[in-house]
Amino acid sequence: MAEKLMKYSDAVKEFDPVFGLETHVELCTQTKLFCPAHEEFGAEPNTELTPVSLGLPGSLPVVNKTAVDFAIKLGLALHCEIHEWSQFARKNYFYPDMPRDYQISQFDKPTNGNGYLDVELDDGTTFRVPIERAHIEDDAGKNTHVGGADGRIEGADHSLVDYNRAGVPLIEIVTKPVEGGGDRVPEIADAYMRAIRDIVRALGISHGRMEQGNMRADVNISLRKKGTKELGTRSETKNVNTFRGIKKTLQYEIRRQAAILDEGGEILQETRHWDEATQTTAGGRVKSDANDYRYFPDPDLVMLHITQEHIDEIAKTMPEMPRERRARLQKEWNLTDLQMRDLINADALDLVEETVKDGASAAGARKWWLGEISRVANERSVSLEELPITPADVAEVEKLVAAGKLNDKLAKQTVTGVLDGEGTPDEVVKKHNYQVVSDDGALDKAIDEALAANPDVAEKLKSGNMKPMGAIIGAVMRATHGQADAKAVSALVIKKMKG
Amino acid sequence: MAEANELVKLTAAQMAEKIRNKEVSSRELVDAELNVIDAAEPDIHAFLHVSADEARAQADAFDKKNAAGETEGLPELAGVPIAIKDMIVTKGIETTAASKILEGWIPPYDATVITKLKAAGMPLLGKTNLDEFAQGSSTEHSAFGPTHNPWDTSRVPGGSGGGSASAVAAFEAPLALGTDTGGSIRQPGSLTGTVGVKPTYGGVSRFGAIAMASSLDQIGPVSRNVLDSALLQEIIGGHDVRDSTSIPMDVPPIVKAAREGYKRDLKGMKVGLVKQLGGDGYQPGVEARFNEAVKLLQDMGAEVVEVDCPHFDYALAAYYIIMPSEVSSNLARYDGMRYGLRVMPPAGVPQTAANMMAYTREAGFGDEVKRRIILGIYALSAGYYDAWYGSAQKVRTLIIDDFNKAFEKADVLVAPTSPTTAFKFGEKMNDPLTMYMSDIATIPANMAGTPAMSIPAGLSDDGLPVGFQFMAPQKHDEQMYKPAAALEAALEEQWGGPVWQSLKTPWLKSAK
Repeated sequence: MAEKLMKYSDAVKEFDPVFGLETHVELCTQTKLFCPAHEEFGAEPNTELTPVSLGLPGSLPVVNKTAVDFAIKLGLALHCEIHEWSQFARKNYFYPDMPRDYQISQFDKPTNGNGYLDVELDDGTTFRVPIERAHIEDDAGKNTHVGGADGRIEGADHSLVDYNRAGVPLIEIVTKPVEGGGDRVPEIADAYMRAIRDIVRALGISHGRMEQGNMRADVNISLRKKGTKELGTRSETKNVNTFRGIKKTLQYEIRRQAAILDEGGEILQETRHWDEATQTTAGGRVKSDANDYRYFPDPDLVMLHITQEHIDEIAKTMPEMPRERRARLQKEWNLTDLQMRDLINADALDLVEETVKDGASAAGARKWWLGEISRVANERSVSLEELPITPADVAEVEKLVAAGKLNDKLAKQTVTGVLDGEGTPDEVVKKHNYQVVSDDGALDKAIDEALAANPDVAEKLKSGNMKPMGAIIGAVMRATHGQADAKAVSALVIKKMKG
Repeated sequence: MAEANELVKLTAAQMAEKIRNKEVSSRELVDAELNVIDAAEPDIHAFLHVSADEARAQADAFDKKNAAGETEGLPELAGVPIAIKDMIVTKGIETTAASKILEGWIPPYDATVITKLKAAGMPLLGKTNLDEFAQGSSTEHSAFGPTHNPWDTSRVPGGSGGGSASAVAAFEAPLALGTDTGGSIRQPGSLTGTVGVKPTYGGVSRFGAIAMASSLDQIGPVSRNVLDSALLQEIIGGHDVRDSTSIPMDVPPIVKAAREGYKRDLKGMKVGLVKQLGGDGYQPGVEARFNEAVKLLQDMGAEVVEVDCPHFDYALAAYYIIMPSEVSSNLARYDGMRYGLRVMPPAGVPQTAANMMAYTREAGFGDEVKRRIILGIYALSAGYYDAWYGSAQKVRTLIIDDFNKAFEKADVLVAPTSPTTAFKFGEKMNDPLTMYMSDIATIPANMAGTPAMSIPAGLSDDGLPVGFQFMAPQKHDEQMYKPAAALEAALEEQWGGPVWQSLKTPWLKSAK
């Protein structure tokens, strides 16, 4: 049964939405959080295991120092208080893919508490998202349900468990209730998630790829009648793993809850699931008997002691943060706000920067990545980074253009060749024998033929009207298979007309 | 070559000496012990699994190296065989923790202590019996049948390490490893007349010791005399990067302390008599042997002072909150999902993961284990956590304070190890609270992480062994080894030899 929804604009007129995000970020450490097993995306199931990551009897966890350092870095970036003493606790519950049947997480003594993140919105304003904590925990494995129609557990006749991911380090960033967002709540959440993604990438602590499960979020939201103070009952939509999904979840939940409250109904405190196919959320377990995780300090792990000296050392290694870096690049590249935002939204900032470092002009690099390469990425439904073209390739094409060895058209054909997997720009150029023809003799004939074939154009040119020049250049290009140097053609035509 | 019956009665240190002098080979020792095991097991049942082939192969490998002169630098006990409590994980050899839920489980890795024993060239004779998951004080809770006390086979050997203690007492092994969570090495030591040591918490790696209650568990030696335990602890002790709670320090000078102790000079040492551990509930014969032993310590020059540890009275109660809490969490992994027993729900019951887990646990766990899991789940539940677990942790802190204050007055504390001598099978089985009282004198040391050991103090009026317990400050295990060795020597003089000389050993006659 379809749920009743209120129009978004009406909903935010009547109610103030208060939201919260619990973002899981998978860390890109060499080994798991509590043992020296590796974890590689896409590895054969159950190959990346140790007795510890399988929770075998007798095995003991020992915390990965790099993961703790990564947490400290994130804490610094999020302006958190980094606690001198933090502690791992056991969160006891059963799940087939959780080897010990308890998760090791941080409970009342997290490593990072009380911070904030300023996010920039489309209108150029800044919104401060308060952060409650950022704690370290380990991930579970992965269940695959076999035999059913749609891969869900319902209807499946058996399930397979892959423990490769079990024990991979995560940081969970928990916001405080975010108030005052008004109708911009979905936009704020989206900007926040993107900012987190950019920060973890800049810090080098996570690949930050939503599509590979490096990041996912639980989305909490409640509504309260305008003018009142008390928080409403919230819904929690679990494990949303696309930026768009987070935005849509919030929009949908605001509309759904508003419709219920408007009719005098009550919101159930429940966990919900985002359905990408229908773009709706669906109710799950009602939290009438809330899970009792029976948290207690993990007796297998000593408390983490983080000294101020260690924090200071890590602070020295902090890279430029994304916001500062953007401001700097925008200035260096002389871009408008809109141009800058386009670059960011296309996930092309890093690529363009690298291309510039490799010797291209900012304008040229931007043109390629946002133009032809973005178009192909869209066509193939992959990210820019997944295409077989590197910033060095793009810079190389730009150099060939600047040296007059390729014209625009040949450059585009070269880029296409690289994207089609034909090799580096040099290899593509050699393979197709792309070269600009500016030699008078070679062009003369083609120009004469073009003029002869277009007598009316020739007439206009002769009379000093240079507007139809493009037609002649186009014809010459066709005749030379795109290898003519347009400037040289233009100069020759003018010379002929004057002569 | 000595007669096999005489060989197995040697201490581990004596065996080692004969190996070094090439009077006996490791293989001969292993064969002698295996013969005793064959003869004794029908009456004793100390072993759950005898790894005869592996032990012989390990002995042969050692002998070959020894003949080639490649055993230089190995620990003193190199080549001496040992039995392992089945709570400790051994690669390729079935490890069950005496539970049906792990029956048939062959671990793919070795515990750190096993790695160390193998490196020392010590053959592993097999895996010894215990109360299921080390939960009990009589070894009656083993899913594979109880172990019998060699002193009187109608009596229990104590628990949970009854198998290791009986194996050593019955001369089936010169040495064994145990695990001690609330007294599981020392109380069986007391009931079987063996030496049992619980080192400082963190002094021996727990990696590969199946967890019962992680904050209390400790692996330690079982032997027939103090020096053997010191030599064994020196091998298994030391820092291990795979155990976060392992103390980053060297093993204290315990062998030196034991050798020093045998000189029987305790001048300048202050011995603290714990006021709370004695009196009501302690068998008169136990108290008599204890008091005589204290007198012997005084005779050797020790100054005896009484120390007050008021919170020891609450140690048992707090222990029975903290231990089951950790048990409930540590045993959650036995869910039929990855290893061990799996019982599918019967026809008509939905075949879900949760149901499979429920049927597996119902069939796989015994009553005592279930009792402790339920206690622990209750104590950790929301709303009860502060009242139970939280309060128990506060008591634990007070017990640590008691120890700290006591150690300002004394170098080592003493008390009877167990309030009674070995009791009859079934006597306490149906009364868990009475059974729990067996560990009343051993639990404080686990709660505080301090080292403690039990040595035989002679026989009670009932002809059964009595244990004498020493407790030392954390990280200073040597402070208990010295007076323990001294007392052992003094007692041997008084009793005309080691306590085990009084043990009747009909199975040794039938052994080849």
